[in-house]
Parts: sequence; C-alpha cells; structure tokens
Amino acid sequence: MIKDLSQRLLGPVTLVLLALTIWLGLWVTPPDVVQGNLVRLVYVHPSVAWVALYVSFGTATVASALYLWRRTRSMVMDRVAHCAMEVAVVFIALTLVTGSIWGRPTWGVWWAWDARLTTTAILGVLALGYLALRRANDDPLLRARRAAVYAVLAAINVPIIHFSVDWWKTLHQGATVFTVNGTILIHGIQLWTLLMSFVAFTLLFFWLLRARYRLEERRDAASSTQLAQALVTRQREGAQ
Amino acid sequence: MIRTAWLVAAKDLRIEMRSRVLLWQVVSFGVIALLLCGLALGPAHAGNSSAGPGLYYLVILLVTLLMINRSQGVERRPGTRSSIATLGLDPAGLFLGKSLALAIELWVTGLVLLAGAVLVLHTALHGAIVALPSILVTLAALSAAGTLYGALTAGGEASATLLPVLALPAFAPLLIAGERSFHDALHGGALLGWWVIVVVALVAYVAMGILLYGVLEET
Repeated sequence: MIKDLSQRLLGPVTLVLLALTIWLGLWVTPPDVVQGNLVRLVYVHPSVAWVALYVSFGTATVASALYLWRRTRSMVMDRVAHCAMEVAVVFIALTLVTGSIWGRPTWGVWWAWDARLTTTAILGVLALGYLALRRANDDPLLRARRAAVYAVLAAINVPIIHFSVDWWKTLHQGATVFTVNGTILIHGIQLWTLLMSFVAFTLLFFWLLRARYRLEERRDAASSTQLAQALVTRQREGAQ
Repeated sequence: MIRTAWLVAAKDLRIEMRSRVLLWQVVSFGVIALLLCGLALGPAHAGNSSAGPGLYYLVILLVTLLMINRSQGVERRPGTRSSIATLGLDPAGLFLGKSLALAIELWVTGLVLLAGAVLVLHTALHGAIVALPSILVTLAALSAAGTLYGALTAGGEASATLLPVLALPAFAPLLIAGERSFHDALHGGALLGWWVIVVVALVAYVAMGILLYGVLEET
C-alpha cells in the first residue's frame, strides 16, 4: 500500500516541486550583481546536469553491472538500464542546450572547446551509441549482455567529466556546492532554491523512468503474446 | 590465461602474416589518409608541425577501426566462433591474446605512419623519437579498448557501421592524451600528466577486458 501510494504521489510531488523551483528561481531570488537575470539558469543547468551525469547514467550503469553479475542477472535490470539510458539522453541534451544558452552571453559563443563541454558531448554520443547497439541486436539475451558491457565501459567517462574542471583549467567554472574542500559557494535563498531544483529534477527523472519502464514492460508482454498467438496460428495451419 | 593469450595472439599474427592484409591494405590506407590530410591542409600548412600530432592520431584512429574489423572478421566465417567456444579457452586469455596481436599490428602500422608524418607533415624527427614510448602505450590502450568494442559489435549485420559509432567516442580521451603528449614531446612540454591518463586508460581497459570479455563470448 505504501509503495502504491508513493508511486501515485511521485508525479504530483514532482510537479509541485518543479513549480516551486520556477517560482523561487524567477520571482523570489535576486538577480546577480555581475550576471543579472542570467544567473537564474543556475536553478536549471546544474540540476539537469546532475540528473544527466550521475542519477540517470549512474542508474543505467548500476543496473547494467547488476545484470552482468550472475546472481542478480534478470531482464528487469536490463529494462531499467535501457529506460534510464533513454532518459539520460534527454537530460544530456538538456544539459548541453542550457549550457549553450548560458555560454553565449557569458563566453560570447554557443560552443567552446572546453574540457567539460567536450566530455559531456562525448557522453551524449556514448549514450546514443548504447541505444544504437540495442537496436542492432534482435536476440534479447545477446542485446542485454552487450548493452550492459557497453554501459559499464561508457561510465568511465563520468569521472572524467566530473574532474575535468580541476584537471584542465578551461572556461567552465568549478564546483559550486560539491567542492573539493567542502566549502559551499552559494548561500541563503539561492542555495535553497538550487537544492530544491536538484530534488525536483531528480524526482522528475524517477517519474519519467517509471513511466518508460511500464511502457517497456507492456511492449515486452505484447510481443510475447503476439509470438504465442503466431505459434498457435502456425500449429493450427499445420494441423489442417 | 597467459598460455591462451600467447596461442591466440600467435594465431591472429600468423593469419596476418599469411594474408598480408595489414601490409597491402591497412598500411596503404594509412599512408593515403596521411597524404589526404596534407592535401586538406594545403601546401602552405601541410608542413606545419603543430598540426602533425593531431593528424597522425586521427589517421591512427581510422586505421584502428579497420584493424578491429579485420581482427573480428577472421572469426566471422560460419562455425568459427562456436568452434572456439567449444575449445573451452579462458575468455581473459582470449581477450589478452587478441589485444596483443592487435597491439603488435598497430605498433608496426604506427611506426610506418610516424615515418610518414616526419616525411610528409615535417614533424621533427627528434620529437617523434621522444614521443615514441607514449605512442606505443597509447596504441596498446587503443588495442585493448578496440578488442572490447570489436567483440561488442561482432557478428551483427550492421557491425561495420556500428563499430565507429561505439568506439570513436570512447577513443576520444586517448586521442586527446596521445596528441597532447606527442605535442609536448615536440615542443618540450611536461609529458607526465598525459602519460598518466594513457597508462590509467590502458590498465582500466585491460582490467575491464579480463573481467567482461567472457560475458561477450557467452553463447
């Protein structure tokens, strides 16, 4: 019952938190001294990137690793990894788009050969490659195995993206909240709005993942039913 | 595991020695690609050594894709993979053997192309010699990664087109680190940082290959 209730509440809670983030981000928080209203992108871009890199890609990687481990191997893990990677593609695209919108007025260009931008774009291509790999294999078990190995290999890029701003001192700014020495560089209502946006977008990910998973589950069930019906039809034809 | 690796590497290299695909097709393709890079830059810029390392590694990546396809292609004939599976060979040894054979083939091609870069792109000979150890390690890392990605795409109808889509983004950090270390060797920069990235990538891919190759070979 609790599980059912939490599933029912996930959507409305996500929408309320997103609405609160928009209200706080656009009307309550003050503009920045240097960046003006442009700073309001801080309530979208970092949280979208958080979901893209760590939550969705992380979910896909963990589910893939669990699929590869024989004791936890099941098609549920494969399905979770697949759905999480699809949502990851959306969030990586949003990360690049919001970053580009922010980059144009601050850096003067839509795209810069910055270490974090480049590595994030590479991660996006890797995620698309995962989906291409799945489409190239018809056998469900072979597809699941190969996709799981690929997801684990692709995850090597995530720590590279995370530390890219420290390793290569390029245009993209360093960490604001999760700094190396633990110092938070944002305060007051701006910090709370930022944290709320992190929670809202994380919940949005789980909501989308759940919806996508249910769709995939029904698609699998439908294809199994169709296969069973086709077999029965063939058997009848053979009997006649 | 080591014995299996030697056997598999010797088998792949023997096939290469007999078929001479490496010599007549892959190396030739690499030289043509290097010349095309020079033509694309134009006569005024082709001798500009600052572009040399990047173009060299770009050609190496294209050649690596050909070689991975070739490495997987020798086992593409019907029944070959299942025959290997019935031998009960250690998958980690299989991975190491195929990686070693690919690395040796890449080292040979890499040396020929390095000579080509010195001749065609006017890359300084002394810098190329200084960069040689980092090039060999980068090529070894590429072969380990390439063997894994080759196994991921093996056997499918679209494997030839799928391989670049999957492998090239993963090769990008190696391209950057290899190019930077080559550049630093030419211009006297600090090589160590880029070396670390290449060595970590090599160790990571070898470890992943030993752990995961068996899953890819499961039937």
